[in-house]
Amino acid sequence: MSARVQSAPFDLAAELAGFGAGAGAIVTFTGVVRDDTGQMAALEIEHYPGMTERALSDYGTEAATRFDLADWRIVHRHGRLAVGQPIMMVATAARHRRAAFQAADYLMDWLKSRAPFWKREIGRDGAARWVDAKSSDEDALARW
Amino acid sequence: MTLDVLYFAWLRERIGQPRERVDTDAATVRDLIADLAARDDWHAAAFADLAAIRCAVDQQLADLDAPLAGAREVAFFPPMTGG
Repeated sequence: MSARVQSAPFDLAAELAGFGAGAGAIVTFTGVVRDDTGQMAALEIEHYPGMTERALSDYGTEAATRFDLADWRIVHRHGRLAVGQPIMMVATAARHRRAAFQAADYLMDWLKSRAPFWKREIGRDGAARWVDAKSSDEDALARW
Repeated sequence: MTLDVLYFAWLRERIGQPRERVDTDAATVRDLIADLAARDDWHAAAFADLAAIRCAVDQQLADLDAPLAGAREVAFFPPMTGG
C-alpha cells in the first residue's frame, strides 16, 4: 500500500515482487507516452511536490476501503519522457477480480483529473504545448 | 496574514515565477485572486479566466470560495492532466 512519484523509470516486475500476498486477483495498469499526431518527441510532466504524494496516498487509501483491497500501489513519473516510455502504473490486489479491476479503473479516473500533474507535449520541432484536460475524464470521475 | 502562493503549468509561465510570499487580508481564495490580479499585467493575464483555474489550500483541493483563515500555502493551476 504505497504511492511514489519519481523521475526514474520503474520496473513493473520488481514492483509486483511480493505485491498482494494472499490475494486472489491482481490487476495492473501501465500508462505509456503516446504520439497521436506523429509530430511528438516527448512529454514533460510537472507536478506539485508534497501535494502529489499526499493526493495519491489519499486516493489509494480510499480505493482500499471502497473495494476492500489487500494491497495497492501507484507509481507516477515526472520530468521529460520520450514517446513509448511508461508514465505511470497502478496495481490493485483483492480477493476477486471484479474488485481489483474496478479499483484500478477508479484510481485511474482520480489520477487523470484530481492528482496535481500537468502534461506538456514537446514536438519534434521543439515547440511545447500544454495538454488540455478532457471533459470525458471529468465525466468518468462522476461515475463513482 | 502571510501566505506562500504557488503557481504551476501555464499559470507559472504567465506570472513568471513558481512561487511568491504574499501579505493579504483576503478571506477567501476568490478575494486572494482579486488581490493578486491587481498586482500587475502578468498576474491579471494569468487570472483572466477563473473557469480555467483550480486551486489547493494547504495542499488540499479547494474551491474558489474556500476560506483562507489559518492557511499557509495556496496553489493555483490549470485543470490537472495526470495518468
